[in-house]
Amino acid sequence: MDLVNYLYLASILFALGATTVLLRRNAIVVFMGIELMLNATNLALVTFARMHGDITGQVLAFFVMVVAAAEVVVGLAIIVTIFRARRSASVDDVNLLKS
Amino acid sequence: MEFEAPVIDWAVLSPVLVVLAAGVVGVLIEAFVPDRVRRAVQVVLTLAALVGSVVAVALLWDRVATDGFAFVVNGTFLLTPFTLGIQAVVAVLAILGVLVIADRTRTGDDAFAPTAAAVPGTTYEDAAREAGLQQTEIYPLVLFATGGMLLFPATDNLIVLFIALEVLSLPLYVLCATARRRRLLSQEAAFKYFLLGSFASAIMLFGIALVYGFAGTVSLETALFRMAQPGGPILELMPALVIAGVLLITVGLLFKIGAAPFHMWTPDVYQGAPTPITGFMAACVKAAAVGALVRVVFTLSLGLDEELRRNLEVGLWAVAILTMLVGTVAGAVQTDVKRLLAYSSIAHAGFLTVAFVGFSETGAQAVLFYVLAYGLATLGAFAVVTLVREQDADGVVLGEATHLSHWAGLARRAPWLAAAFSLFLLSMAGIPLTAGFIAKFGVFSAAVVAGAWPLAVVGVLASAVAVFFYVRLIVLMVLTPPAEDAEGAQDAEVATEGQDAPDLAADGAGSSAAAGRTLAPARTLRRAPVVVLSSRGFATVAIVICAVGVVLLGVVPQLALDWAGQAASFRPVQP
Repeated sequence: MDLVNYLYLASILFALGATTVLLRRNAIVVFMGIELMLNATNLALVTFARMHGDITGQVLAFFVMVVAAAEVVVGLAIIVTIFRARRSASVDDVNLLKS
Repeated sequence: MEFEAPVIDWAVLSPVLVVLAAGVVGVLIEAFVPDRVRRAVQVVLTLAALVGSVVAVALLWDRVATDGFAFVVNGTFLLTPFTLGIQAVVAVLAILGVLVIADRTRTGDDAFAPTAAAVPGTTYEDAAREAGLQQTEIYPLVLFATGGMLLFPATDNLIVLFIALEVLSLPLYVLCATARRRRLLSQEAAFKYFLLGSFASAIMLFGIALVYGFAGTVSLETALFRMAQPGGPILELMPALVIAGVLLITVGLLFKIGAAPFHMWTPDVYQGAPTPITGFMAACVKAAAVGALVRVVFTLSLGLDEELRRNLEVGLWAVAILTMLVGTVAGAVQTDVKRLLAYSSIAHAGFLTVAFVGFSETGAQAVLFYVLAYGLATLGAFAVVTLVREQDADGVVLGEATHLSHWAGLARRAPWLAAAFSLFLLSMAGIPLTAGFIAKFGVFSAAVVAGAWPLAVVGVLASAVAVFFYVRLIVLMVLTPPAEDAEGAQDAEVATEGQDAPDLAADGAGSSAAAGRTLAPARTLRRAPVVVLSSRGFATVAIVICAVGVVLLGVVPQLALDWAGQAASFRPVQP
C-alpha cells in the first residue's frame, strides 16, 4: 500500500485534534485533542522514517511519547486543581482574567 | 554488533549541565534535607548553579569566539558565539529572577502558596498556612526551566529543539499555578498557559515532522543544504512540505516570544502568575525563545530561494507590525500594572522581530543587546510590583496592589522604589540615557540597513505611543495624590466582577481573619490602603542591579555593544 496514505491519515488526525482544541469546551476533551495532535505527528514521523529508510523519525516518535506523558502529568494536575476549586472543567468558566 | 560510545565534549555542555544537575540535586534536597534549612539550601544551590553557568559561559567564550563554533555529537548541541551570548543573558537574568523569587519581604512570606495543591479557601489551606509550610520545589523547577532555556537556542537539531521547548515550558506551567494570593487567578493562568502552550508545541512538532519528511534529517543545517539543492531528497513530491513545516515551527516559536497573533495568552498569564515568576518568564523565556527563533529563522533563510525568502520577510514584517500595534494600543488602555507590563512585553516582542528582517549580523547584534536591556528593565519592574501591596483595616498585608489607582502618589511613600520603577519604565519607553534607547536604536538601524525603513518608521511611531502609557504611569506615581483621596472617581471603572471574585476566594493572608474577609464585600478590599514593603535584601539587590545595569547600558553602552557584536556571528558552519 502506498505509504503516502498514512501521511494523509496523519494530517486528517492532526486537523481533527486541532479542531477539537479550538471547538470543544471541556478541558479534558481539549487536552485529548492536543494528545491526538501529538499522536498524529507520531504517525507522520514513523511514516517518513519508513520512506527515508532512516530511523531518526522513529527515535523522535519515542521522544514525543515521553514528552506527551510528561505533559499529561502536568496538564491533568492543573486541570484537576482547577476542577477542585471551581467544580467545573469547562474552558468557558475559566474567565476571571479578562481585559 | 558492538555499541560504540560517542565522544562527548563535556566542557561545551557545561553551562546547561550545571543548571540541570543542580535541578536534580534540588529534587533530592526536597526529599532528604530537613524542613528548617531546606529553603536556605535550595536558594544557595540555585544561585550557585546559575553563577556556575555564567562562569562556564565565560570560560567557553574565548574558545568559541576564536573557532566560531563548538559542538557535541555531530552538532546535536551546537554552540555559536550568538548562542553563548543568549546563554549568558539568560543565566544572568535568571540569577536576578531567583533573587526576586527568594525574597520574603518583611511579612516573612514569599510569593508562593504553602501547598499549591490545597483547594483555595479550605481549612486544609489554612492549616498549611498556619503550620508555615513552604513550597521549596519552586527552586528546582526554576532550575529545570532555566536549563531548558539555555538549551533552547543551542541546537540545530529539531529533536533537541522540541525537548528543550518542553523542558522550558513544563516547569513554567506548574510555577504559574503556585501563587500564595489570588490563587484562582494563578491557577487559571496556569490552565490557559498550559492548554495554549501545549497546543503551540504540538503545532511546532508537526512542523518538525514535515521538515523531517522533506529532508530526511532533523538537523536544520543539513535540511538547509537539501533545501538549497532540490531533487536531492527522496520526497521531491512537495516543496510545500518544507514550507508548511517551516511555517509551523515559526508559529511555535512566535508563540513563545508572545508575538501577535499568538500573543493572547500573555496578558492573562502574566497577570495571574506569581509576580516573581512573571518577571522571570518575561525576561528569560523571551531571551531564550528569541535566541532560538533567530537561529532557526536565520538558518532557514539561507536555504530558501529568493522568492521564498522574500515571502518569509513579508511574514515577519506582518508579525512585527501587528505585534507592535497590539502591544502599544492595547497597553495604552490597561488599568492593571501587571497587564500593562504584559502588553509592553508584547510590544517589545514586536520591536525584536523588527531586527530579524534582513537576516543580518547587525540584526543579531541588536537582538542580543535588546534582550539584555529589556530583560533588566522588565525584571526590575516586576520586582518593584512584588513590593507594592494592599493592606486591610487590621494592618494585615494582602496581595499586590496591581490596580493603577493604587500606584497614585507612590513617589511620596517610597521615593526610591518609585524612582527605580520610573527608570525601568523610561528604559522600556526608549528614552535616551537608558538601555532601552540604545537597544531600540540598534533594532531600528538594523531594519534600516536591511532596507526595511517603513518597518522602522512604524516602530518609532509605536514607541511614541508606548511612551504615552509609560509616562502616564510615572505621572500617576509622582504627581497624583495617593489613592485614598481620588478613590471615588476611579472606583467605578475599577471594580469589575471578574477581579473581585478571586480576591474573595483567595486573598486571605492571615489565618482566622481569612474566613471573615472571604465574606466581606469586595468594596472594602478595593479600598485597602497601599503599603510598600521593605524587602529582606534579595529583591532590593535585584532592583539595584537592574537599575544600575539599565543606566550603565544607556550611558556607556560601548562595552556591551562590542560584546554583542562579537557574539553576533550566528551563521551555521559550512561543512
